[in-house]
Amino acid sequence: MNGTRYVKDRLRRSMMFVPGNNPGMIADSRIYGADSIMFDLEDSVSLAEKDAARFLVYQALKTLDFGKKEIVVRVNDLGSGLGVRDLEAIIPAGVHVVRLPKTDGPQDIIDCEREIARIEQAHGIPVGATGMMAAIESAGGVLNAREIARASDRLIGIALGAEDYVTDLKTVRSDGTELFFARSMILHAARAAGIAALDTVYSDVNDEEGFLAEVELIHKLGFDGKSVINPRQIAPLHRAFIPSERDLRKAYDVIAAIEEANARGSGVISLNGKMIDRPIVLRARRLIALAEADRMAREE
Amino acid sequence: MDLKRTAVAGTMESSDIMVTVEPRESGGIVLELTSSVMKQYGRRIEQVIRETAAELGVENALICAVDKGALDCTVRARTGAALFRAAEQENGTWEVGR
Repeated sequence: MNGTRYVKDRLRRSMMFVPGNNPGMIADSRIYGADSIMFDLEDSVSLAEKDAARFLVYQALKTLDFGKKEIVVRVNDLGSGLGVRDLEAIIPAGVHVVRLPKTDGPQDIIDCEREIARIEQAHGIPVGATGMMAAIESAGGVLNAREIARASDRLIGIALGAEDYVTDLKTVRSDGTELFFARSMILHAARAAGIAALDTVYSDVNDEEGFLAEVELIHKLGFDGKSVINPRQIAPLHRAFIPSERDLRKAYDVIAAIEEANARGSGVISLNGKMIDRPIVLRARRLIALAEADRMAREE
Repeated sequence: MDLKRTAVAGTMESSDIMVTVEPRESGGIVLELTSSVMKQYGRRIEQVIRETAAELGVENALICAVDKGALDCTVRARTGAALFRAAEQENGTWEVGR
């Protein structure tokens, strides 16, 4: 981790929301197999319980063992007057990544980073140790996605928050058509900045067919993963991201062919009569890395 | 820490503990604990509550706790939250009970 608490590039197929004021859910959160666990101090906690949730998440981060899971905390936005107090609790507690909601522009990231750095310094934590991610939830935020994604070296990814976004657009969530521009924009901004692109939640936990269709769509688009609100969504989500046996075999054949060509000192690489160029090799390597990361996550 | 009013934190849900704190002038910490796991963990829960109160410098209070199988970290968090609410302090230290 190079002195940081977070890993910039890691498996993030599922990021599971856990209400920050629910001790039972916090205690059980590790067992469901999500790649990242996200304790929520924002929307799932009522205004009167914000203080109690901070105590609870602080104690949980300090004392519970979450193994190798990535631990994210969604804080309240800084403009609410609650966000800085959230940061003051969770950074000393050892959070890996802070998720900032309602990010409308790069200044939101810069302001939040300044607070994080101040708190790190005050607690003797190396400045830069804590990672960040930004949720984009407005039309303005989507249009600023490129600048947001490049606003800090701490950013591990940007995410779409669709409920607020569609409200801002004066529409509602339906078959995904309404999110096509935002998803494309966020994905391109993330890729151009070299960070992860994470999709929004699918709120109807009983509609498995709808959930799977959405997962297939975001996987095809190129997203790294998705936020989930119920443990039942984790297994089908992960299955959709696991490379098929056939694709994996082809990937290994590509790598074997390139190694053989390198050994021969040949610049031209072919497999079954087809030329293999750089994008094919990169895709093969990524597929193998994904399968390996999945194997390790399941062993944990 | 100076307690000013009666305050509650926590819920009656499984894995939680509801802690009610009432200021007292004297008499030390009086603890009334009921727990779904009293026989196995009653003494441990009492110890965590008393430690948390002591670390926050609370010397006199009536503390009523209804435990539904909370972990130590939850007992600390709820006791700390109730005491800070009773003291009407917003910016608490998060290092309570450790």
